[in-house]
Amino acid sequence: MTTAEWLDIGWVDQIPVRGSRTVQVEGGDDIAVFRTAEGKVFALRDRCPHKHGRLSQGIVHGRAVACPLHNWRISLSTGEALGEDKGCTPTVPVKIDAGRVLICRASTLKAAA
Amino acid sequence: MEHRPIKTDADTRDHLVVIGNGMAGCRAVEELLARDPARYRVTIFGAEPRVNYNRIMLSPVLAGEKSFDDIVINDAEWYAANGIALVAGDPVAQIDRAAKTVTTRGGSTESYDRLLIATGSDPFIIPVPGKDLPGVIAFRDMDDVDTMLAAADAGGDAVVIGGGLLGLEAAHGLSLRGMKVTVIHLMPTLMERQLDEAAGWLLKQALEGRGQTILTGADTAAIVGDAKVEGVKLKDGTLIPASLVVMAVGIRPSVALARDAGLAVGRGIQVDDHMVTSDPAVLAVGECVEHDGQVYGLVAPLWDMCRSLADGLVEKPTGYRGSVTSTKLKVSGIDVFSAGDFSGGDGCEDIVLRDASRGVYKRVIVRDDRIVGAVLYGDTADGSWYFDLLKKQEDVSELRDLLIFGQSFASGGGAADPKAAVAALSDDAEICGCNGVTKGQVVSCIAKGAHSLDAVRGTCKASASCGSCTGLVENLLALTLGDDVQAGPKTMCKCTSFGHDDVRREIVAQAMRSIPEVMQKLHWTTPDGCSSCRPALNYYLLCALPGDYVDDQQSRFVNERMHANIQKDGTYSVVPRMWGGLTNPTELRAIADVVEKFNAPMVKVTGGQRLDIFGIKKEDLPAVWADLNAAGMVSGHAYGKSLRTVKTCVGSEWCRFGTQDSTGLGVKIERMSWGSWMPHKFKIAVSGCPRNCAEATIKDFGIVCVDSGYELHVGGNGGIHVRATDLLCKVATEQEAMDYCAAFIQLYREEARYLERTAPWIERVGVDYVKARIADDPAGREALRARFLYAQSFSQDDPWAQRAEGAEREHHAPMARFTPQEELA
Repeated sequence: MTTAEWLDIGWVDQIPVRGSRTVQVEGGDDIAVFRTAEGKVFALRDRCPHKHGRLSQGIVHGRAVACPLHNWRISLSTGEALGEDKGCTPTVPVKIDAGRVLICRASTLKAAA
Repeated sequence: MEHRPIKTDADTRDHLVVIGNGMAGCRAVEELLARDPARYRVTIFGAEPRVNYNRIMLSPVLAGEKSFDDIVINDAEWYAANGIALVAGDPVAQIDRAAKTVTTRGGSTESYDRLLIATGSDPFIIPVPGKDLPGVIAFRDMDDVDTMLAAADAGGDAVVIGGGLLGLEAAHGLSLRGMKVTVIHLMPTLMERQLDEAAGWLLKQALEGRGQTILTGADTAAIVGDAKVEGVKLKDGTLIPASLVVMAVGIRPSVALARDAGLAVGRGIQVDDHMVTSDPAVLAVGECVEHDGQVYGLVAPLWDMCRSLADGLVEKPTGYRGSVTSTKLKVSGIDVFSAGDFSGGDGCEDIVLRDASRGVYKRVIVRDDRIVGAVLYGDTADGSWYFDLLKKQEDVSELRDLLIFGQSFASGGGAADPKAAVAALSDDAEICGCNGVTKGQVVSCIAKGAHSLDAVRGTCKASASCGSCTGLVENLLALTLGDDVQAGPKTMCKCTSFGHDDVRREIVAQAMRSIPEVMQKLHWTTPDGCSSCRPALNYYLLCALPGDYVDDQQSRFVNERMHANIQKDGTYSVVPRMWGGLTNPTELRAIADVVEKFNAPMVKVTGGQRLDIFGIKKEDLPAVWADLNAAGMVSGHAYGKSLRTVKTCVGSEWCRFGTQDSTGLGVKIERMSWGSWMPHKFKIAVSGCPRNCAEATIKDFGIVCVDSGYELHVGGNGGIHVRATDLLCKVATEQEAMDYCAAFIQLYREEARYLERTAPWIERVGVDYVKARIADDPAGREALRARFLYAQSFSQDDPWAQRAEGAEREHHAPMARFTPQEELA
């Protein structure tokens, strides 16, 4: 349920396993919401720190996503680029409540700022 | 480390207690576990407060080439995983054979059913005045290395007493660490037990050239100093200042425990061929034993002993017959090798080669047509060959004249071929002396899937320690797997030690049906792969199981998932198929309408003779496709590892030079092959005459029409490295041209590695191979063609039509929308 702190964006199983969906934020970057093979859900600003590729379109593996533009690997839990690459994408706190996905309102608003 | 006994009431297995956590003790346990992991409950006592490490690698640690972690053989996890209790840092002080117990210095007692003594050896300390001063150490364990490193940090002078293997390695390390080093050696030549006078002299020159002072024939009288060491005094009165003295004059088997327990002890603990001491319940192995009158201070015999010991412990005795040893000096940049007996004498022939300018000295000692010894300096490449001949006692009379020039020459090769040399080694020839790994073991480890140097090091440990046999291992990889491995590790990605070809072969051989199954059966190291291996596995399964395999969309690169090309701003470009580059007013009108309706900012004519509509939003893609479908157009697969375009010229219908209907043939080929997934993108062109306006000779498959038929060309591409095609063959009819094309595509689909275009694939396998499979093998060609057409019967559904009808809508629509202004309102 949407509250002052959390935005209810839908059911967990609307996100494909090892895939992602987006949340459109008017006036800002989309939020990419990922679901890993182990069933964990993460959210990041949908923007690679490198050349701003849409991370929601990348291949999800382990707890990372490979950016579709230049194959940078970004950690889903920290937003940090992995391996040799340096850079960070803002993370958005997520919680699951009775099968619903809730993302942090303040962080989502920040993406629109 | 604390003592963690693992005995439980349920554990009724015999208890094997091992005294010594060094190379021999742990290797013996490893060999035992390899034969019967469940037979014994094992407890290991070690004097040092550490896990098991490779003692012979202390020299590289001292020299700064390795860290302690690099030389650990078995880490704490190994003990835990095998249920071994390790008591490290509390050495066994007493054995009570009547009670069958051991008691540690700390006072704890453990009973045993079988006891294995692997106490190794103690450094010999020469009994001179001052030998107990602080700053006088041996070179035996990690603590000694730590002391040397601390001394080196303070700088100053070091004296190494003893110019043997160990002493010289210590001197080398200290010298590299910045100390001024003097080596004192009693005998007239260095390493006299391993080297003859000539090689010893060359070695002395080389070390002096590196700034060390080498004093041979020098006898130590005393070590001087008040509260700590200040210098070494020789018997001739010379005083050499030193803040550190390393005694490396030799080792003695460590037999005190065994002697106190009343076991038979000569120079070492006496054992039979099965490493059993005078007490049948007590075994001994390694440097502490005496077998058949021999005591060994090198690592190689230890591997043989441990094998015999383990065979005996599982009651399949084989028996140890003694070892012939070889040595290599681990001083980087100085290659020294010796093996066997080089004292010479009656009945011995010396074969010597000296090459002063290259600094090479080789000496092979032959008796009764058999090699009995070898000394190599400067060029040790043939060391393992000589050693192998020596151990096998092979008759070398046939090779006698060429022997000294090395294996490749003596075997008639002329030019040195290191691969042939490795190929000629027998299966039991030792490749890795540090870890006791034979050629046969390395080859079997490669055959089981270790297809890179790292994978071999990770599994059988060959070349994982000092690395001096890396070249041999690489050659074995090349021999076992073919030339393509030489370029370096060719694993699919970091998730696996298997290469592309192995994975494909296993998918078919084991009839695997899904990506998780492949990852499970081939021991993937990651839970769900990575962005490199998943698309490859998805393709291999798709190719192996046409019509059966369910494509995994999440393992496809975004373009293939979205059926459009992602652009740098996150929008997509859309390319409808134009068969053979032909179009008509309906199609053009539909494209124009789409451009206006969806505000596409740009339309471009592509190199593949079609139109590319840019700037389409992800959400709009299904609607765009619906409009294009309505005008009869389907996906152009401009985004896929798949058949892209068939480019044509206008051909005989319009062109005054045209010889055949190139346009019509191009359309037919595109109708046949569109929608097929490939290892990489695949482009076709058909030119109507040798003027080649369709640029068929830089395409993956190109047809050049001539008066008498059709020339078929393969393996070309534009791109970073332009490659012109190879001529496959010439055929007479259009139908043949199409059949050959289908067969070629299928061969490429089945045998090229994922992301390998036809050009590098053909360069790898050779155009003759492709000719043999396509042009010269009618039955094989027909089978390939049939497999391609069968696969095509499942792949020619327009993905756009499915999406336009609503399939997989979640790929396009956002999950939710959020408007901050409304929220605030």
